[in-house]
Formats: sequence, structure tokens, C-alpha cells
Amino acid sequence: MDESLIVSLKDIVVDFDGERVLNGLSLDIHDKEFVTFLGPSGCGKTTTLRVIAGFITPQSGSVLFDGKDITGLPPYKRQVNTVFQKYALFPHLNVFENVAFGLRLKKMPEEQLRPKVLEMLEIVGLKGFERRGIHQLSGGQQQRVAIARSLVNQPRVLLLDEPLGALDLKLRKEMQLELKRLQRELNITFVYVTHDQEEALTMSDTVVVMNKGNIQQIGSPQDIYNEPQNAFIANFIGDSNIVDGIMVKDFLVSFCGHDFSCVDRGFAYNEPVQVVVRPEDVAIVPPSTGMLTGLVRDVIFKGVHFEMHVDVEGKEWLIHSTQASQPGEIIGMNIGPDEIHIMSREGV
Amino acid sequence: MLRSKTSRWAAAPYLLWMAIFIVVPLFIVIWYALTDASGAFTLQNLAEIGRYSSVFARSLLLAAEATVICLVLGFPVGYFLSRLRANKQHIMLMLIMLPMWMNFLLRTYAWMTLLEKNGLINKLLGLFGIGPLNMINTAGAVVLGMVYNYLPYMILPLYTAMTKIDDSIIEAAQDLGCNTFRTLTRVLIPLAKPGIATGITMVFVPAVSTFIISRMLGGGSNLLIGDLIELQFLGNSYNLNLGSAMSLALMVIVLLCMSFTSSFDEEEMEGVM
Repeated sequence: MDESLIVSLKDIVVDFDGERVLNGLSLDIHDKEFVTFLGPSGCGKTTTLRVIAGFITPQSGSVLFDGKDITGLPPYKRQVNTVFQKYALFPHLNVFENVAFGLRLKKMPEEQLRPKVLEMLEIVGLKGFERRGIHQLSGGQQQRVAIARSLVNQPRVLLLDEPLGALDLKLRKEMQLELKRLQRELNITFVYVTHDQEEALTMSDTVVVMNKGNIQQIGSPQDIYNEPQNAFIANFIGDSNIVDGIMVKDFLVSFCGHDFSCVDRGFAYNEPVQVVVRPEDVAIVPPSTGMLTGLVRDVIFKGVHFEMHVDVEGKEWLIHSTQASQPGEIIGMNIGPDEIHIMSREGV
Repeated sequence: MLRSKTSRWAAAPYLLWMAIFIVVPLFIVIWYALTDASGAFTLQNLAEIGRYSSVFARSLLLAAEATVICLVLGFPVGYFLSRLRANKQHIMLMLIMLPMWMNFLLRTYAWMTLLEKNGLINKLLGLFGIGPLNMINTAGAVVLGMVYNYLPYMILPLYTAMTKIDDSIIEAAQDLGCNTFRTLTRVLIPLAKPGIATGITMVFVPAVSTFIISRMLGGGSNLLIGDLIELQFLGNSYNLNLGSAMSLALMVIVLLCMSFTSSFDEEEMEGVM
């Protein structure tokens, strides 16, 4: 057995009211890793998290923790803690008692408990808030209490269910970095659920892309972004142009009536494929020197770049560029070999 | 500003009603309690209550028993209801309220025929060779009547308080190491406190002052304060002054009980009802 494995899910099936939510899902999570489950709502990512936490017992399949089967173990006997989407703080207790809750259940003596709770509050940046009531805190502060309340129990794995969903953009970015810092400093496994692809790419060591109760792809953020395995992932992670093409031979693909050199090989001769090109990877050149030409339909200013909708032989392409073209203008487009990603059609 | 002024006027009819039918009668009761038959001031009536201390004690005891039983029965029901889906909650609530659509006296009469020596329950037990048991005209029958009649008043506030407890809070408790019992004592009961306080008041107060239930199910041997007061006003021992003094004493007991429950649950009380 792999020593570094901490959680293994094997063929997990979960049904709700006759509807299949998880469809024979298998997954290994390594110790001290930051894993993110990413997917649209209803894809089963939260359900997977709740299976690990013990709130849901799967219809079939097993959950291994440290190599031991914990499938039927109730949540309070598991070495994992959860940070809930809606914080789920205890409204009848103040900040200190919320954080101390788990330790008090373990009957930790007061003289040990006190410094531990205070230390944890300091780590999450809430020093001096001990006596505050929960309702006197802002959303971000409540979120920090929830994180401290879980971490103080020194779980082997911390489960986070869209913990930043209710925060505003600026605070969310701050907390993303802070969570990453906490995970590195405390050196424990984080399993994070989000539907926000940017959040997933920012924080994770490993991203698990899910859709309709199945895992679509597991990989590092770079892999997921640069080498999406199918059109769903390419669409879900950032914007993409996906067009049908023919893999003429190794390192040569034909689409939109032009042959492009690329870095992919191993396909059959003239195999039909799908081609993914990220909008920022299309270079705009004069029409005469372009590999492709297109008619600019719309130009939208996005701050860092312009977003252009370009008509190429009846198909709309999305292009991000720092220089604006005018609507109605004909432009040339070049795509370098590294910027072309080929997916086989079977993967769809 | 305008709104608060309008709403003040909207409350005026009830304020008037309260003044005429609650405040004024209250002063009349106090007046009677502190005077004798000729209208002269006296503390004799209040002193005389001491003779009936056993009745007061029995009333408090039986009402307390009924309240505790209602709480123990009502808590799980309230929790169960609060966890149901909204549409099922409405149906279940209606079923709980259903007995209240029937007249209070009728319901209590029904229990008489059930509990009688030759009643339904004894006949049923007789088939198995048990009994007949002596159930009617006992303190137990009175408590049963109280529990039966006032249980919905316990369930409703408990249910209301517990609908405010999000599932994730219960899950958080389990996640942090609470088994079922600890979840109950550390999280559910503390959070349901406002409902518990309201429920206790709403069951104990009518139970301690009831006279119908004790008369119908308790026979002559289980006289309660309510019966005693009724006897002074409508019964043989006709004595308005003593009856008023007893009413006053009962009121003090009720007020003490209510201030006790609300002090046990100070700032959380608002927002419950």
C-alpha cells in the first residue's frame, strides 16, 4: 500500500431519492496534500466530501482512512473535521467556547485547553476576540472562527465545503492565500470543495474535476488548465475555443481549412479530433500574414485585456488581446504549436 | 416614524379591551381579597389560605409532573417536526392541532369513559385477565388529562425554536466529537432553551389553575386550587372574599413561575413567539 495515502474512496455509489449522485467514484487522497473538488453545482462534489466526513453512508463502496475501512463509522469517531459552507457556529457560545468545543468534549484540562485555543485564534488572526458573541462578527471573522474551531482538534484531514462562498471578492482572495498558508504551516491534508475554477487553480496541489457524479480529470492545476482531457473540462476551466479538426499525422492538425503544426502525437492518421485553443493564445496579425482570417463582431473592454468575438468561417471564436480591433474589421490570427491542445473525440 | 404612530393606533382597541376587562377586574379581585363581607379592610382572607396549603401543594405538584412529562414527550416530537420538509411539517402540525378542534370538555369526557371501572381500557385488559385497574379518580388520571390537553402547547414553541437550528449546526457538533447524547445536551437543548421556557410556561400555567380536569378525572379526592376557587364563587362555600384572595395567591404563584422561566432564558426569549 502507498504509505502517503490518507483517504481512499473505492467505488462509492450514493443515491438520493432514487437519483444517482455519485456513480461508482474512486479516488485517492495523499497525505499533506491540498486537494480541490471542482465542478458545477449538482456534480457530487459536496456529497463526496460528506461521505469522507461521515454524514452520508454510501449505498455501496468503501471509505478507507489510513488503510482502515471507516465506511460505517459515525462522524464523531473520525479524525477529520469539517468547515461548513454556512459556518455552522454555535450561536449560544462565544468565540472562545466555539473554538474550545471539540477540546472540551475530549475533556482536556483547562490549563492545556486555554493556551491551545488562544494560539489557534492568533493563527487565524482573531486575537482579542475571545469574549465576542458570534453575531458580533463579520462574515469573514465567522469563517475564521469556523476554521479555528476545526483546526484546534488537529485533524488529519480538514474538509472545507465552499467555505468562502459567502465572502466578497477581495476578502475571498485574501482568505484563499491564508488557507494555503495555514495548510502549509500546519502540514495537514486539506480537501476543498468549490465551483470557482480560479479558486481551485490558485490553492490546490491537485484538482479533481467532477461532473454528474463522475470524476472527469485529476491533475495539477497546470495539467487541468493546459491539458484538459475533454470538452467539458476545457469549457469549465476558463474560456476555450473548441473546434472539430482532423489529426492529419503526428504533429500536424487540420482545422478551419488550415494545417497547423502542433506538439501532439500518437493519434491515428486522419483521426477526427477536437482542438482546444485558449482565447489568450490567439495572436492578432495583419490579415495577409494570418493563418486564419476572421471578422470582428464585438469588442468588450475587460480591464486587463479586450475580449473579442470573431467570426471565422461561421464559427465564433473568443480572443483575449491587449490591443483592440474595431468591430467590422477583418483580422489575421496566428496560433503557435504549443498553444494547440488536441483531445480525442471519444473522450467527450 | 409614521409607521410606528399608525401601529400605535392599531393597538388601541385591544388596549381599551385590556383596560376594561383585565385591569379593572384585577383591581376588583384585589379589593375583594383585602376586604371582608361588610367591605372593611382585612388580611383575614389571605391568612385563611394557609388552611388550604395542601391543595396548593397538590396543584403545584400535579402541574409540575404534567409539565415535565409534556417536556419529555414534546421535545423529540418538536425536533422530529422541525427536521421534516416544509410541506410535511404543515401536515404534521395540523395533525397535532387536530384534537384541539374538538371541545375541551368533550375530550376530557372521552377520557372518563376510557378510564372508568367498566371502561374501554379495563375491558380490553380484562381480555388478557388483567384488572380491572382503578384508574379514574386518581392523581395519575388528573396528570394524564393535563398532559393530553396541554401537550400541543409544549410541542409548538419547541418546534418553533428548533426550526431555527440549522442541520449544519447539528452536523458541526457531531463533526467535533459529539455522540447523540452530547449533541442533545451541548447543542440542541441550549439552542431550544427559548422554546423550552415558553413551553413550560404555556403548560404549567393552565395546568396549575385547571378545575375541569381534576373534577372529571380526579373525582372528589384530588381537589386543586382551581376547584377551590370555583367553590368560593359558584359552590356551596360561597365566599367571594376568600375566593379572591385565593385567586390572588394563584396569580402570584404563576407570576413567580413565569419570572423564573424567563430569567432562566433572558435575552433569547424574544423572537420565539
